[in-house]
Amino acid sequence: MLSIKNLTAKIGDKQILNGINLDVKPGEVHAIMGPNGSGKSTLASVLAGREEYEVTGGEVDFLGKNLLELSPEDRAREGMFLAFQYPVEIPGVSTINFMKTAVNQILEYRGQQPLDAVSFLKVMKEKMKLVEIDQSLLNRSLNEGFSGGEKKRNEIFQMAMLEPKLAILDETDSGLDIDALKIVSNGVNKLRTKSNAVIVVTHYQRLLDYIVPDFVHVLYKGKIVKSGTKELALELEAKGYDWIKDEVAVA
Amino acid sequence: MSVAVEKNTTAEVVSIIEKSLARFPSQENRKEALAAFQKLTLPENKSEEYKQTPITRLLQRNFALDKPNAAAQSLDAKEFFIPGVEGNVIVIINGLFSVEHSVIVSPTDQVTISGLGKAVNDNHPVALAHLAKYTDVATDPFAAWNTAAWSDGVFIHVPNGKVVDKPVLVYHIHDARQGQVITAGRNLIVTGTNSEVTVIEKYDSLGSDNHFSTTITEAEVAENAGFNLYTIQNDAGNRYQWAGTNIHQERSSRVNTYTFTLAGKLVRNNLQLSLDGEGIESHMFGLYLVTNDTLADNHTVVDHRKANSFSNELYKGVMDGNSKGVFNGKIYVRPQAQKTNAFQANRNIIISDKAQVNTKPQLEIWADDVKCSHGCTTGQLDEEALFYLQARGIAKDTARAMMLYAFVGEILENVKIPELKAYLDKLVSERLHKNF
Repeated sequence: MLSIKNLTAKIGDKQILNGINLDVKPGEVHAIMGPNGSGKSTLASVLAGREEYEVTGGEVDFLGKNLLELSPEDRAREGMFLAFQYPVEIPGVSTINFMKTAVNQILEYRGQQPLDAVSFLKVMKEKMKLVEIDQSLLNRSLNEGFSGGEKKRNEIFQMAMLEPKLAILDETDSGLDIDALKIVSNGVNKLRTKSNAVIVVTHYQRLLDYIVPDFVHVLYKGKIVKSGTKELALELEAKGYDWIKDEVAVA
Repeated sequence: MSVAVEKNTTAEVVSIIEKSLARFPSQENRKEALAAFQKLTLPENKSEEYKQTPITRLLQRNFALDKPNAAAQSLDAKEFFIPGVEGNVIVIINGLFSVEHSVIVSPTDQVTISGLGKAVNDNHPVALAHLAKYTDVATDPFAAWNTAAWSDGVFIHVPNGKVVDKPVLVYHIHDARQGQVITAGRNLIVTGTNSEVTVIEKYDSLGSDNHFSTTITEAEVAENAGFNLYTIQNDAGNRYQWAGTNIHQERSSRVNTYTFTLAGKLVRNNLQLSLDGEGIESHMFGLYLVTNDTLADNHTVVDHRKANSFSNELYKGVMDGNSKGVFNGKIYVRPQAQKTNAFQANRNIIISDKAQVNTKPQLEIWADDVKCSHGCTTGQLDEEALFYLQARGIAKDTARAMMLYAFVGEILENVKIPELKAYLDKLVSERLHKNF
């Protein structure tokens, strides 16, 4: 589904990604962990098409297309979803209104009929239940005055609406209390199928108790320096990241 | 510009005024206003109130001031009418009240509506009692020019206790098909106690020649009366415009003003509210959404003269093309105006590299027990928010339109007449290429 080969990227003069290699297949959950500043969020941003980052080398294939040539909106229309670490507030734009536009522009891109207001509301009500979000929240200006938990739940609600093939969750767990974390994880788990995949970017192992990964990758200095199964995450939780740094230094 | 050129331009305007004075020999306030104009002269480049708006230079460059106005031809005023908004229709063509195009539908016991020139000629006691009473000719040369040389406009008088259930729509049309036009229009609105009236004024033109208007709208809003004023400036022609609106509010009165500036070469608005009583509530909304080389300048003054009143001002600007926006908001709170609540906000988004905005709040507060706040922001569209919408599959153009529409929506939502709101919504949506 997603194949990243030797991806390098910089922001300004600062090189951040130094050759990422990663393969994600349908049905898989990959966790990307690493200390602060290792390039985790940069990887998520580059995949979603954030303009500030300049890709300096490598290839990314997403469902047979050259991802790096697509605009951010076309990446979304092809089935990629980024749950933002810091969801933005947009005064005057309600979640419902912009989701309707998003869903219909995606359908149009795929050559499908747009949803009428009634069908859209029906789909929306189903998805609201999935992530336990209240309609009054969705009628309000996007994320304006939302709590941290509400913002993240809104991200997962949008993910449910757009039914992506690949979802990248960028530190979706940070700043959440355990109840909010459970609701968000539950939502993500309910959306999992054999044909879609999830990349979970996180600093903490805790989230992985709820969204169980098939693979765990450790990112350090812009490279994946270690990959393993979910046990690796537990080891990182127990021992911290220093031993990884030491291993890299020795190598 | 050299001082000599200003002097020449001022002298040319003086001769325009003198010609019009010959037609109105008996009105003393016109002569006083001329004297005031001669003393003030047209603003120089560095004039504090006009330093962002080189109105004298634009007049000098684009007009032959000694030339008489082109004559108005027959025209179809209906093409400028706001669809769906029913009311009393007043058409002013090249500064003169057009009986032919105007239709008054409200009953005469509810409201008196006539040409202001006629009201003054007929010695209407209310018109004479209030005319030029709310305009300070000693501080602004255009106010002086207009007061000395105004030709016509609308006079509205609402008796005590009457609610005018249909709005008064005033269409100011310039016919510049046969040459340049310079007019001085004057409106006077006098409301009785406990009365209510809504006025909608709209500026349009025919033809491609340059045209300039000074317009003064004076309103006396009596005790516990309500007055709504909508101004729509969306002239597709080459309009240069100075518009002064001077509203005097008595105790417990309510005023809402809405100023929409969407097109024009030069639009300078001087909106002044004098809150001369307790328990007054005033709202001033403004939207300037401009492109090309439009210069949109809003100067506003809210003068709290008595205690326990409330004013709120929200002006928003979206600047595209080579346009330039100016906002200057003055709030005065006089020593006796304790417990005043006065709020002001001016927010701007610049969406072109060549557009610019100058914004300046000016609060002068002499009372010590008041709540006042002001805030000005000028920025571009939030790139992070654009990216967020794109990351959800929304095209960048749509995302921009969506954010701009949300930005201006805060003004539109305050429009109280549904048909007018729909009309303005359509104008704004077209301008923003709204496609969602």
